[in-house]
Amino acid sequence: MQSSAFMSRKEIIGFVILAALIFVIFPAVLDNFRLNLFGKYLTYAFVAVGLALCWGAGGILSLGQGVFFGLGGYCMAMFLKLEASTPENTAIQSTPGIPDFMDWNQLTELPWWWEPFYSLPIALIAVVAVPVMFAFIIGVAMFTRRVGGVYFAIITQAFAAIMTILIIGQQGYTGGVNGITDLRTLLGWDIRTDEAKTVLYFVNGVLLFAVLLVAQYVRKSKLGRLLIAMRDQEDRVRFSGYNVANFKIFIFCLGAAFAGIGGAMFTLQVGFMSPTLVGIVPSIEMVIFCAVGGRLSILGAVYGALLVNWAKTSLSESFPELWLLGLGGLFIAVVMVFPNGLAGVWSEKIEPRLLEIMGKKKSVAPAPDGAPAE
Amino acid sequence: MDERFILKVEDLTVSFDGFKAVDHLSFYVEPNECRVIIGPNGAGKTTVLDLICGRTKATEGSVVFKGKELLAMREDQIVHAGVGRKFQTPSVYEDLTVFENLELSYPKGHGVFGALAFKRDETVRARIKEIAQTIFLDGQLDEKAAFLSHGQKQWLEIGMLLIQDPELLMLDEPVAGMSVAERKKIAELLNRIIQDRSVIVIEHDMGFVADIATRVTVLHQGKTLSEGTMDRVQNDPKVVEVYLGH
Ligand SMILES: Nc1ncnc2c1ncn2[C@@H]1O[C@H](COP(=O)(O)OP(=O)(O)O)[C@@H](O)[C@H]1O
Ligand SMILES: [Mg+2]
Repeated sequence: MQSSAFMSRKEIIGFVILAALIFVIFPAVLDNFRLNLFGKYLTYAFVAVGLALCWGAGGILSLGQGVFFGLGGYCMAMFLKLEASTPENTAIQSTPGIPDFMDWNQLTELPWWWEPFYSLPIALIAVVAVPVMFAFIIGVAMFTRRVGGVYFAIITQAFAAIMTILIIGQQGYTGGVNGITDLRTLLGWDIRTDEAKTVLYFVNGVLLFAVLLVAQYVRKSKLGRLLIAMRDQEDRVRFSGYNVANFKIFIFCLGAAFAGIGGAMFTLQVGFMSPTLVGIVPSIEMVIFCAVGGRLSILGAVYGALLVNWAKTSLSESFPELWLLGLGGLFIAVVMVFPNGLAGVWSEKIEPRLLEIMGKKKSVAPAPDGAPAE
Repeated sequence: MDERFILKVEDLTVSFDGFKAVDHLSFYVEPNECRVIIGPNGAGKTTVLDLICGRTKATEGSVVFKGKELLAMREDQIVHAGVGRKFQTPSVYEDLTVFENLELSYPKGHGVFGALAFKRDETVRARIKEIAQTIFLDGQLDEKAAFLSHGQKQWLEIGMLLIQDPELLMLDEPVAGMSVAERKKIAELLNRIIQDRSVIVIEHDMGFVADIATRVTVLHQGKTLSEGTMDRVQNDPKVVEVYLGH
């Protein structure tokens, strides 16, 4: 009764199944190339989990999560690029020792804001801190002025567009349209080999579970219930003595932190970061991952990211021109027919059936959702 | 000034594009008083409560509560100063259980990190149970608020205010949509909780008003038409005229 337990039995089972998939089944059945691909898909799951909190629980729809994914990814890429640009490696440049794209753009000196990224600890902190800082500024500007709903979504989308334009326009500092490419080693460890990619896949999996546990804690805390309350009755929350803006800023920043970690893991596993991952289209795709998985469920978000990306790869290998149509159709189908996504289909359609079947055998019905024993 | 009044509303005015919904309104509430505001639809009753609790920004005037000017404060700060507000349409969190609805109103863990660290200890549970009994919902603690009847949602929202324990409680038409029996119960409850706090109630039901009111303010077109005890107000020719004119 009125449990505040961290996880119900059902949720534990869900976590265990996902862990088995990511840590045992995928590595066992997929070849190196496919495993790396799934690792890439899972980097989007970080964003989708953040969206499940922001949008699913809190009702704050951001169409600019690509920005935070990109910022995290770029912070990682800057470190790796600097490590790859030793004077020996870049001896043929007119200014050796700076990243190649800077040299091509007639820069003769590393910009001051690149300097800190020689340090791995600073780069790793920046992977989280830079997206959070941007989210904080947007959050304070929007939420304290009570901008919300569709207006907020449109503004975040505009922000994604501006970011892409900035990155592409400032090629000398950012690598422009090509992004930051030709990344080689992490503290001397070659990240391009199959072994390295497998290791990074597991690191990615562990980080994803860390993020899922944080998300689970937030959801189960009073803050998680406040988010749901704010989504339904913002005024009631306000007049119960809460500064609603602060809670929105917090959850938006948390989503940005998750996205930043995902972006950094993308850079490490895929070996580059470019503006194509920052803009409007990827940002909307990320929302679709979350919607397909079920925006109320953090585990659903992971499955959504996996499934949609897997479908995207399969479809665009065979019918590249059909993918965008398929994606649009999928989104409409999800919104119209399955508003709670895969997680909803599971808990409304499949699970009751399973329980029925199991119930016949055991004749003991497990506790219903939301009211776990003890 | 003197400490006779817990709430001093002076010259309060709000203008919506030139239309003065509340027009240089002044009234004073004493500690432990139950003030009822009555008036025809559109008189500005709800707007007065909106102004006091910070939901609508005033154009002019002042609202002083326990010596603090409320008009300069944010909504949540006004709540922390001790003002609680019930809305005209029941506002409860439909996706949460009755228990969770009450828990969110429990006056602890109001900051972001406070909410993250908030623990449901025995004090909290006991208090929630106690309030749930007061509002006759102790049997439905685990039920989603969406499944409550209209009247029960009204009760729940009142419970959410009681658990805050405000010094000034403002209720906007608390018995609307309730049965006669429920009205009696609310009147009893109000008479009980009025003992140690001040209350402002907006109400239409004259029988109910007579049951609970210390003093009555009649509002008409954003201005005070009459003020005093129920008897005095009911026999005021100006009031009779306005009510008969409707
Ligand atoms: N935010 C607003 N903008 C414009 N007009 C408003 C607003 N709020 C209230 N009003 C108007 O003010 C008048 C008083 O409304 P209200 O306080 O709700 O009356 P009541 O006494 O029935 O509670 C009404 O004419 C209403 O249309
Ligand atoms: Mg009203």
